Amino acid sequence: MVNLTIDNRKIEAEAGRTILEVARENGIVIPTLCTHESLEPTGSCRLCVVEAKQGKRTRIVTSCLYPVAEGLTVDTKSERVMNVRRLVLQLLLARCPESAQLKEMAAEMGVGAEPRFTPDKDNVKCILCRMCVRTCEKVVGVSAIGFSYRGTEKKVCTPFQEESATCIGCGACAYICPTGHIEMETTKTGDSRTIWGRTFKMATCTVCGRYFAPEDQLKYISRTADVPLENLAVCISCR
Amino acid sequence: MTSKIKSFDELKSVQERLKAGRDPKKPCITICVGTGCLAYGTRKLVDNFREELAKRDLTGKIDFRTSGCHGFCERGPMVVISPEKIFYQRVGLADAGEIIDKTVLNGEIIDRLLYVDPQTGEKYVHEDDVPFYKKQTRLVFGQNSKVDPESMDDYLAIGGYSALGKALTGMKPEEIIQEVIKANLRGRGGGGFPAGLKWDETRKAKGEPKYVICNADEGDPGAYMDRSLLEGNPHLVLEGMIIGAYAIGSSQGYIYVRNEYPLAVKNIHIAMRQAREAGLLGENILGSGFNFDLKINRGGGAFVCGESSALFASLEGRAGEPRAKYIHATHKGLYDKPTNLNNVETWGNVPFIIEKGADWYAGIGTEGSKGTKIFSLVGKINNTGLVEVPMGTTLRKIVFEIGGGIPGGKKFKAIQTGGPSGGCIPEAHIDLPVDFDELTKIGSMMGSGGMIVMDENNCMVDVAKYFTNFLVNESCGKCVPCREGIRRMRDILVDIADGKGREGDVELLQKMAQGIIDGALCALGNSAPNPVMSTIRYFRDEYEAHIKEKRCPAGVCRALITYSIDPEKCTGCTLCAKVCPTKAAGGVKKKAHTIDPAKCTKCGACRESCKFDSIIVR
Repeated sequence: MVNLTIDNRKIEAEAGRTILEVARENGIVIPTLCTHESLEPTGSCRLCVVEAKQGKRTRIVTSCLYPVAEGLTVDTKSERVMNVRRLVLQLLLARCPESAQLKEMAAEMGVGAEPRFTPDKDNVKCILCRMCVRTCEKVVGVSAIGFSYRGTEKKVCTPFQEESATCIGCGACAYICPTGHIEMETTKTGDSRTIWGRTFKMATCTVCGRYFAPEDQLKYISRTADVPLENLAVCISCR
Repeated sequence: MTSKIKSFDELKSVQERLKAGRDPKKPCITICVGTGCLAYGTRKLVDNFREELAKRDLTGKIDFRTSGCHGFCERGPMVVISPEKIFYQRVGLADAGEIIDKTVLNGEIIDRLLYVDPQTGEKYVHEDDVPFYKKQTRLVFGQNSKVDPESMDDYLAIGGYSALGKALTGMKPEEIIQEVIKANLRGRGGGGFPAGLKWDETRKAKGEPKYVICNADEGDPGAYMDRSLLEGNPHLVLEGMIIGAYAIGSSQGYIYVRNEYPLAVKNIHIAMRQAREAGLLGENILGSGFNFDLKINRGGGAFVCGESSALFASLEGRAGEPRAKYIHATHKGLYDKPTNLNNVETWGNVPFIIEKGADWYAGIGTEGSKGTKIFSLVGKINNTGLVEVPMGTTLRKIVFEIGGGIPGGKKFKAIQTGGPSGGCIPEAHIDLPVDFDELTKIGSMMGSGGMIVMDENNCMVDVAKYFTNFLVNESCGKCVPCREGIRRMRDILVDIADGKGREGDVELLQKMAQGIIDGALCALGNSAPNPVMSTIRYFRDEYEAHIKEKRCPAGVCRALITYSIDPEKCTGCTLCAKVCPTKAAGGVKKKAHTIDPAKCTKCGACRESCKFDSIIVR
């Protein structure tokens, strides 16, 4: 255990945990756009930065990655910190002017759009938080999507932006996307869904007869979990 | 080819044998085949020399050596005739025969090939007297002209690998590290972190295997010192790495070199093969029981891969994206194993420290920065090239004494150090002693050693725009402040240059810059606002002129300038009319010409061509 101070509160915490984890456990709010409890932190949104003082050195660190240590003093709302957060939100608002989630978050933090930034017009809602890519790789385990290009051109897509042979149509990427950028369309009858340009046939529940999961996803689970496909033929509601 | 050398004593006798086989009085023609000189067509000149020697039945009787870059790239192709070290520059492809007949065989100097100082008009015969060389301290880079990069024998003949022999047979790893710490060798790649401390941390870190890496992903615009060192003297870098690996306790190393440096890749490949054959790389090096081998990894051209954690990601086969470095690479680097990464020039310094000792090394340089530093001196400078000077040498000495000043009698305005994320230093600081700490104090940085000189015709807003745009293109895109912030700064700079700047833009840029410096994930983002910050700091009046008066004082930003001709100065020579691509410039011969603003594209061709300084840009 180590002793540290966050926003003038003395806190005891387990060594090796991150500032963000410890702050949240103690009811101290630090905004984030790229963290999720089932994913390893990546430090890409930069909203969670805090000012950390260790010994004589004070610097801005990423709270989702920085491990707590004995004697650490953390300020989660210093002027330098708020300047970074304001900038990040204004930059994201200019990139994704259509995103309701961003507008809401900015309003909560009292941040308005920077008039000097011309809003992008390509209707992209992706903030490149990487949650979809990390989920697909680490949670689902298929790595059907990744990044293409670099810098301002960077985008999430399937390899070569073609239909992915490894995608199982599970939709985890769409569910985790914080801004609703990833679109998944299901037909009226529910017999198929389309995501990342590929259409997946849905399987019906042998009990209730409703469409409940892509056939490819069931086959994938059967194969990786070594469960016969027949055992996966019933939807969650009927199980 | 050398057969396996099994001990330090055997190495010494090989060196002696090679040295004895070389008569220092025998004439030798050395010709620079660094990339700069090759671009002048030097390969053909080399062929011509060989042919001319053969024609005269002199092959073998006169030594002929192709060497790596000598640094004086402005004056290539370059030929040096030993033992007198007669220096010929701007040598023509057809000059080979004449040089052999007159100079090599008869000791006659060919006047037209001599170097003439553009400032003093003085002519120089010997290489060592040329001010460009005379005022340098060419510790690391000086060997380039003494060895053929493809010949390990050349390297051994000048005592190469002695430091390795000394280290492996006479020193404990900890002693080597202490020596490097004592020498206070600081990382030449930009960070300036003490290399010895890094070695020590890596040695002490838990985890196996340990890796040593040479960062040869040099990518700053205009910088090519690491390239020239790898191309010109690959064995020096290898020797440094092997010593480092022994000190750290590593048996596997990598050289991460950009694929845009084909000659460096080729020469380092050759050097590694030779070193393996000689028992200097691989198993049981010099019979010491120490094993170490290297692999070359060619980078795909991403500037960000020069950042250590992005470099590791790239080496591991992933996209070159950095990660936060709260756990140092010395503990968790490549493949999450203890890793020591140094750049080419840092490794190149190691053999000298081991060979001559830390005390000797620490005698060069300043209190906080020891040794020499190689700079690539480019831009508005007479002597474009690579210069090596002791740390603490003033910018004035580098620019005016070694660099020969600004061409065309123009006025010095600023010098950009530290690459695209460095800063622009104004004339007020020209007497600054250049070392790691002094440069940081005034808002720039050492970086890897790029120096871009600017004169009165450079617009500082335009300069900031250029570097910022470079970084927009090179941002990896992982974090928001860098990916989104730098491009927004660039957009504002473009507006300012286009006359669309608004009141408050400068303050907004400063605020954004602070947010990006504090908020970006890696050093590329953290330092990306430096060009904007330093130009605002030292040249704010230029920003104000663009924004408030819609005027570009240097006459660069096209949206804000008009071209006209001063009728008092114009002689009607018609040259401007001839070079003008849109026929905007014209008039009657021998009478003052005019420029039609409707047709003028502000390309500047007339200004460059005018011999009477009659083109007015406002």
